[in-house]
Order: sequence, then structure tokens, then C-alpha cells
Amino acid sequence: MPEAAVAGNGAEAKMRVWRGDASGGEFRDYSVPLEEGMVVLDVIHSIQAMHAGDLAVRWNCKAGKCGSCSAEVNGKPRLMCMTRMNTFEPGETITVSPIKTFPLIRDLVTDVSYNYEKAKSVPPFKPKPKEADGTRRMYQEDIDRVQEFHKCIECFLCQNVCHVIRDHDDNKPSFAGPRFFVRVASLEMHPLDTDDRLEFLRKEAGLGFCNITKCCTEVCPENIKITDNSIIPLKERVVTRFYDPIARLLGALGGKRS
Amino acid sequence: MAGESYETHTYDVVVVGAGGAGLRAGIEAHDKGARTAIICKSLLGKAHTVMAEGGIAAAMGNVWPEDNWKVHFRDTMRGGKLLNNWRMAQIHAQQAPDRVLELEEWGALFDRTDEGLILQRDFGGHRYARLAHVGDRTGLEMIRTLQQRAVALGIDVFMECNIQHLLMNDGRVSGVVGYWRESGDLIVFNCKSVVLATGGSGKCWQVTSNSWEYSGDGMGMAMEVGADLIDMEKVQFHPTGMVWPPSVRGILVTEGVRGDGGTLLNSEGERFMFNYISDFFKAETADNEAEADAWYQDKKNNRRTPDLLPRDEVARAINSEVKAGRGTEHGGVLLDIANRRDAEYIQRRLPSMYHQFKELADVDITKEAMEVGPTCHYIMGGVRVDADTSATTVPGLYAAGEVAGGLHGANRLGGNSLSDLLVFGRIAGASAADYALGAEAAAAADPAEVERLTTLMLEPFTDRGNENPYAIHSDLQRTMHNLVGIIRTESEMLRAMEEIAEYKDRTERVKVEGGRRFNPGWHLALDLRALLGVAESATLSALECKESRGGHTRDDYPDPDPKFGAMNVVTRKQNGTIAVSLEPLPEMPEELKKIVEEQV
Repeated sequence: MPEAAVAGNGAEAKMRVWRGDASGGEFRDYSVPLEEGMVVLDVIHSIQAMHAGDLAVRWNCKAGKCGSCSAEVNGKPRLMCMTRMNTFEPGETITVSPIKTFPLIRDLVTDVSYNYEKAKSVPPFKPKPKEADGTRRMYQEDIDRVQEFHKCIECFLCQNVCHVIRDHDDNKPSFAGPRFFVRVASLEMHPLDTDDRLEFLRKEAGLGFCNITKCCTEVCPENIKITDNSIIPLKERVVTRFYDPIARLLGALGGKRS
Repeated sequence: MAGESYETHTYDVVVVGAGGAGLRAGIEAHDKGARTAIICKSLLGKAHTVMAEGGIAAAMGNVWPEDNWKVHFRDTMRGGKLLNNWRMAQIHAQQAPDRVLELEEWGALFDRTDEGLILQRDFGGHRYARLAHVGDRTGLEMIRTLQQRAVALGIDVFMECNIQHLLMNDGRVSGVVGYWRESGDLIVFNCKSVVLATGGSGKCWQVTSNSWEYSGDGMGMAMEVGADLIDMEKVQFHPTGMVWPPSVRGILVTEGVRGDGGTLLNSEGERFMFNYISDFFKAETADNEAEADAWYQDKKNNRRTPDLLPRDEVARAINSEVKAGRGTEHGGVLLDIANRRDAEYIQRRLPSMYHQFKELADVDITKEAMEVGPTCHYIMGGVRVDADTSATTVPGLYAAGEVAGGLHGANRLGGNSLSDLLVFGRIAGASAADYALGAEAAAAADPAEVERLTTLMLEPFTDRGNENPYAIHSDLQRTMHNLVGIIRTESEMLRAMEEIAEYKDRTERVKVEGGRRFNPGWHLALDLRALLGVAESATLSALECKESRGGHTRDDYPDPDPKFGAMNVVTRKQNGTIAVSLEPLPEMPEELKKIVEEQV
């Protein structure tokens, strides 16, 4: 770590940070002292304290658990709190800009209400009756795959990089995005759930728009295999239900799902 | 200034805060038929609860059938050094299992036992493995489950809306006033009752596991309308925060590391906790390594490892080791699980700790020990509430979760916070709804009072001086860390009072650059009022409490004093100044005393 060796001894972080709102803005350069172990969010906080008290940024936990501080660091979608400064070249100017897919509010803060609207559209958990002894019995091996989905911290980086909406704003009304495919998968694969969301996935959520480029999986800070473990299995279920003639016949006779 | 414009909303119940307590309160108030709003200053699902790691304490008896509410009650009271509100501790222990099972009904997926039931893990101060958990990300599971439940019920949620003041009418609460963070526009809610679920105040201290949200705003607002605060000097320093590198100092390392077999070592490689077993816990704590290690598997024939003594004991022990020169290079001690459990087990049980150390400190916890030290984590004190209703001393005002005081006494056990949020969130929501539905229509806010408060909120934009809000905040944090930290003494606290007075003065001259749209400098300038109020209340209480107990240790009064053991330290604002008094604890019934005093 060449940078770490000099951190704290007059080393500086050189940052280029987007300042502005929906009406316009510009990148501005800032320098602040670099200390050992700093992450990008620390540097943003130093800029606030020393140079720009009104620099807008969202953050909460600073430990990769809340998913608030998503931004694009040197063009790469990242959590600022989990991006170490020593992963960059010493002396390199680091560019921080807001995530692109959502409307800009100010500086590094965007309007992510799209995601909260989509959350409302997901048909909720609907459990089957309890066991005869009044308990709920589920086995670890049956919930492992759903617990993977529950790791989601709702940083919305997967939504941010999804081509369906990143480059096509007009798709937003008819597409829920990877975060909500993960959410639907967590419900559909929940051992206790009895609802059926395949029609919702096909129509309202626009699952068919996804052409499995795996961009979402690549940026997930929780390493959830979004495409392989949630989207593809859901696509298979939709195909089986709506496009497989035998399954359609069985469906008409009352079968629900495996 | 001409009256600032503001939007107005009307509800029966307004819940301020959307962590575990606020969401659970909102769900309950809604289910009772009250028109309910949940207001949160971050995005939904980002509140402090999301950071909770270890689990929810509830005597479900899934792993140890011997466990029941009485044992949990006893552990909570003893962990709190008997300063707890006994009735809250009883309700908490009795109702926690139902609250956990309720989460399962709403879709939560806890780790399982071999029989398919909810698995429970060991934690400090709990006699049996009692914490329902999901790896080391239990808070995330809890907040997401509650959040999705609230959304499914269609409860109105106001996100990134920061409530600053309570409105009063005729001696009772009639609404709240705040601002939208995005636009800076002002907003007023008229309502019949308010639930404060605003969390704690760890941002008064420098080394803390808490986020920016923990500015003590609920305590500050309650104090402004004359509510009582109790035990504000009882502050929990979690024994294990990260200490290196400097930028991560204070970030939490879950007690689950010790619950799952990790042990604390000093720089000489000694398991030093065996040297710090107080008389109070001697009978139930192992005094040798063999017994301590055997306890994990066989709780009948072995006593608990001293690594899992309550947090106040462990934090003080670490502090002493470092002071005695047996600390690590960076002023901590070692927490080792690498040499005690295999890598696969560690990664499965503690995935986010593994990730956190790997990403932020270049440490592989399956191969090396972690460097840890105390970090300000929780405040046991808070707004005084009635145990059965969560009502504060102000009519129409309820409080639940960390903002409320009483349940945890002088020291909170790990895992008892998440259960606190669920149990008392529900009770506060129910009581606030009952009160609202039995009350007359909400009185419209008095325009003159609203104007007074909105003017106060916009003051930082007027030309009053050149003080930087970030500088005042970091000065306050340094003062509290150095002078009202883990070990306290009168002369230092008197100096802290002088410094706090100076910061209050500087806050009057704070200058905010930029406009009202999403301006963190302005937001912090406003937060300073509550931060300073809590700091003052905590310091005054700490001066008054001339003994050492739980999360309050005095160098000049190093022992517990039975006199203070029977008293709450009460602070309340009267005519603009904070008054301190001692008031007797509620008397515990004989049958509960027997449970607490029973030897195991």
C-alpha cells in the first residue's frame, strides 16, 4: 500500500465532486488531508466539514449495512462507505458523481422514490396456516436460498445499472427492476408463502424486459447472485406457466406451482 | 419575518421515527383503526435498527427448554444492576417471544434449529442461548420485515422528513413541526397523539457505533415540552468497536463473536476477563478456561465464560487493560475467534463481520484476531414512560425504544434492544391509538406558535456570525469523549458543563452556507440543539449520581451506593433551565424480588 505509507503525513485526497441540481451543475475540485484507512465517504465528510458545508450526500451506517451512500466513483457504481481510498493510485484525482438512473435532487443525492413506488406494487407475503402444534417449522436447507435474497440492503445499485431503465426512462412505469425481482423471488421461494406472483411478474413488473446481462449481479455489494438465483428461476417459472401447453393445462386443473 | 409558508397534514397518531419501534408502533396504531402517519428522517428501511447484528432476545426455549420469561427477567434486572423499571422488564420478558413469532408471520426468516424452529444464540449476560437471529444481520431482517408489513398495510410514510418540535395545545400534545430534507420546505402535522421512536444520542460522543441520526432529537423535543428524562448518565460503551484504521474507529463488532466462541486477549496473550469477575456475578461465572470453554456446549454443568459478562463489565475491563499498558499498538485489545472456531463456521455465523474486517481493515477474521475497544453504543436513560402504556409525563405523548428510559436500568444486555423495540413499540402504538380515538378532534395548530418554531428553524440562514456547525459538533463530541466518557470525575464534568455552555453560545452564531434544498450543514445546525440538550442533561445527571453502577463509572465514587441504587436521576426543563432531582424507583413486588435474588 504505497498510499498508506504516507497517509497522515501530509498526504492529500484530490477529489472531483459533482455539485448542482436538476437545473445544472459542474464538477468541482477539492483537496483534503488523507488519513490511513479512509473510505470515499470519509473524504466527502471532510469536504463538508472543511470546504462545503452544504454538500448534499446521503449516508447512515458507514459500514455497508444500510445502503444509503450509493454513488458513481470514477464512473463505477459503489457504496462510498465501502470504497477504500488506498484502492486508487496515489495522487490520482477521484471523481464522485450521483447515480445516473434516478433524477438528481442535489449534488450526490438523487430521487429514488421510483423504488419505493415499485415496492408498493409487490403482492405481499401470504403465509399458509400454522402446523397442528401451533409452530412454524422450516429447515435451514429450505431457507438458505431465500436468506440470500434477504441480504439485500436496498442500495439500488442494481436498479441504477440496469440497462432497461438506465438508458430508457420511458420503461420505468412498466418495469420493476432487479431489486424487486429479488424481492419477488424471496416471496415465491419462501417455504410458507401461498400467493402467486407470476402474472404480476409477467405483466406489471415487466420481467420479460430483462435480457440477463448480469450488470445487476456485478454491482451487488452483498454479492447476491441476482440473475442466476432470482431472475432466471423466475423467468423459467413464467415460461412454464404461460408458454408451456402442458403446464397451462395442469394449471387450469388447479395446480399452482412446484 | 413574515410567516413562512408550510404544508399541513392531519392524523390521529403521528409516529416520529421508522426504526423497529416506530414501525411496530405505526403498525399497531393502524391496526387499532387510528389514522396513522410514520415520519422518518432517512429513507425508509435505513434507520439505526438496520445496523443491529446479534439478535432479538426472547425466552422461546427453542434451544434450552429450561429458559422462560422469569430467567430472562432475572438476567435483564441483574444486567441492569437492579436499576431497571421492574414492570417494564417483566412485560418485556413476557411478551418478547410473541413479538418474534409475529415477525415470522410477516415473512421474516430466522436461522433454524435442527427441528425447524427459530435458532437462538448465546450473548452476554443471558443465562441461556436466547437470541433469535439471522447470521449477524438480524436488524436488517427485522426492519425489512416491519417495513414491508407497513407498506402492505398502506400506512402513510413521510420519508426524509425531519421533525424538530412538538406542538402543544391546552397542556397536551397536538402536533409536530419539521422540514422536508429534499426541499427544505416546512411541514406541520396536527394530531391527537405522538409516539416518539427517534432512537438514541450516541452522536454526542466522539467514538461511537451510531450514525448521524442519533442526535437525541426525541429526547430534546420531549424536554422542550416539559417531559421527564431519567438516568441520562447511564451510557453504554459497547466493549467491542473497531479501533483501526482511524476512519473506522467505533464501528461495531457484534457480541455474537464472543457468543459464538471468540475470546478477549491482552497484548500478552492472556484471557484477561478472568481477572475482572465482580462479586455480583461470581457465582454464575466460570473462573477457569476449561469451564468457560465447556459452557458453550454444556450449560448445566458449567458456568458462563467471563468473556460474556454484561457489556459495562467488559468495557471497563478493556479500558483497564489498555491503561495498564497491556493494550495493542492502536489502543485496543484482541478479540480472537480464528484460533477457536473453523473458518467455515466463522463465515457462516458472522458473515458481515468477516466482510467488514476484510473490506475496511484488511483483516481476515478466520486467520487473525481483531483489534477492538469500547465505543459509545447506547443510552439506557431516556424519556420517562409508564411501563404499561409507554405514556410519557406529557399527555398525548408516548415514547418507545432507545428514546425511552427505564427498561434496561444501569446497563442493557445485548439482544434486549431489538426485543424492546418490538414489545414497547407495539404498546406505545396501541396506547397512542386508544388515546387518540378517545380524544376530541385534533386542535388546529396555533399559527403564532408555528411561526415561532419555523422562525427558529430558519435562523441559521440569517446573518448572526461565522461559526461552523461541523466544528461545533466535533468539539462537543471531543468534550463528551474526554470529560464524560467511560470513567468520570467531578472536576472534569464541571469543565464539560463550561464547554457545553460555550458551544450553546457558539450555536447562536452558527452560519450556514447554501440554500434550503438538501443542505446537510443546515440540518446539522438544527441538530445541535438536541445534541447539546442531551449532553447537558447527561452531564448534569452524571454529576448528581455520586456512585458507580453499570454505564456510569465515577473515579471519585468508584463503588455502588445503595442510596442511588434505589433512585432514578430525573432531569426536566423548567423555565428554560434543566433541573436535576432524585426520585425513588418503583417498588418491586416480593415474588419478583425472589426471582431476581434466586441463586443459580
